[in-house]
Amino acid sequence: MSSVQGASFGQRNFKYLLVGPAIFVLLLVGVFPLVYLLTVSFQGITMTETSTDFIGSANYKQLFDDARLWQALLHTLIITAIALPLELVLGLTMAQLFLDRLPGRAIFIALLVLPVVVSPIVSGATWALLFNHRFGPINQIIGWIAGKETILLWTINPDLVYPAIIAAEIWQWTPFMFLLLLAALGNVDRSQLEAAAIDGASWWRTFSRIVLPAIAPVMTVAILIRGLDLFRLFDIVWALTQGGPGTMTETISVFTYVKGFQQFETSYTAAVALLVIILLSALVMFLLRRVELAR
Amino acid sequence: MSTLAQRRGLRLGLRLTAAVLLTLVFMFPIYWLFMISFKTASEIYAFPPRWYPSSFNFDTYHVLFRDGDAATVGNSLVVAFFSTALAMFLGFICAYSLARFSTGGKHLANWIVSQRMIPPIAVVFPIFLLYVWFGLVDTYIGVILLYTAFNLPYVIWMMRSYILDVPRALEESALVDGCTRWEVIWKVVLPMCRAGLAATAIFTFVFAWNDFIFALVLTRTEVATYTVQITHYFGGQSNFWAKISAMSVLGTVPIFVVTAFMQRYFVRGISLGAIKG
Repeated sequence: MSSVQGASFGQRNFKYLLVGPAIFVLLLVGVFPLVYLLTVSFQGITMTETSTDFIGSANYKQLFDDARLWQALLHTLIITAIALPLELVLGLTMAQLFLDRLPGRAIFIALLVLPVVVSPIVSGATWALLFNHRFGPINQIIGWIAGKETILLWTINPDLVYPAIIAAEIWQWTPFMFLLLLAALGNVDRSQLEAAAIDGASWWRTFSRIVLPAIAPVMTVAILIRGLDLFRLFDIVWALTQGGPGTMTETISVFTYVKGFQQFETSYTAAVALLVIILLSALVMFLLRRVELAR
Repeated sequence: MSTLAQRRGLRLGLRLTAAVLLTLVFMFPIYWLFMISFKTASEIYAFPPRWYPSSFNFDTYHVLFRDGDAATVGNSLVVAFFSTALAMFLGFICAYSLARFSTGGKHLANWIVSQRMIPPIAVVFPIFLLYVWFGLVDTYIGVILLYTAFNLPYVIWMMRSYILDVPRALEESALVDGCTRWEVIWKVVLPMCRAGLAATAIFTFVFAWNDFIFALVLTRTEVATYTVQITHYFGGQSNFWAKISAMSVLGTVPIFVVTAFMQRYFVRGISLGAIKG
């Protein structure tokens, strides 16, 4: 009797034993930073001020008055709102193109996914080379089309920096959408499509009534993953513009980095970081309630 | 009047043309990046731009190896390899517990996956302050620990889904045969998940290898990774483009090679398991 109890007790501990080390490491990045940020955000540490006295909620008041911070959030949203739908539509179109049999299909797909595995800082650097206004090939191509020498200052002209960033972003992540949607389209029930074809349903009707509902779950996951990635956008912007000209393309991650590691406003950065975590957590919780990843 | 076969042929031809053009457009940036590393300075700064180097010249690579800059690829390898190994071990046993005993229920599983979504910049800031305190800035251990932690949710999430695919009956018969749970994990479940483990490990590795923001904050000179090294050439002296490009090639080629071996698991890996390949 006691041995049976011992076994079940042992097993109950065993399952926690397996989880324990991982949870411990996760707490290190999941909970420790929160506590630490909360503490520091009520202090007044800057580059010149090292005192750890508590100064109340001054940093939080500053959050609301900081136009640059809210602009950074706005920039992040703008890039997301433009890049994400474009990636989705482009990815879906490409997926349609590669859905049926095609000579060399596997090779095309293998090549097309390469941008996804390139480090974002490398792709940012690559696009900085492509967009370079003096030696880059993009201006030359535009010049061929325009029929005369064209010099566009992609990373300097305020009207052109967003297209430049979004182009790099789309190049890197459209293949991601493409791959996921291709897999989803491949799983659409063929017999339904054939039935629709026999009934003479139009392309749009077939797409909106059969295909779209079938791929919706995968599409949601893809949008979720990419949306959250875009919210944290840093590398590509860093390589292309470093947030410039001025602060025109500063995303929330770039802003936080500049405040924390270039201007050393430690306590204020802590408040900003907490704000970012809270905003994102709210978004994630809202979305996770709607979507269940992998069942 | 065109026959059905002709129309099919035309359609296929159009699709093939579109596929070729699309692939060329998506490959072009990579081509350009790679080619710059082989160009001479005068070719790089030529106007109009040269679309290919007159000859493959390895001077820039030579300089990178001579000056030790190329060693940063080695640093990337060390931190990516050890953080992957650690995350895979801790993540696998944790995933087993979640998959088989539903440890912590839905809340724990959801909490773990939500950790994946935390913005790196918000985490790395307090971690940096902590590391300064403990003297872990610019050390292998510091970087490895953070990559491990950041990759764990992904490993747990993916391995949980792979373990759920393993039939329980196999484990039960092994238990009846007198294996302990611990033995079941290593002798029954692990071999069954080999493919999933490999795919997940590769993604974990790629993440750590390609990361920039953590390395930017937590490394200085001793353990700087190749991504940080690339940014050292930004806005630098003459010929910095060649270095940016050559360093990028050194860091990117290994990833391309690795990717070529994991085509089958790619979709499941990047969709966080939402699509079973």
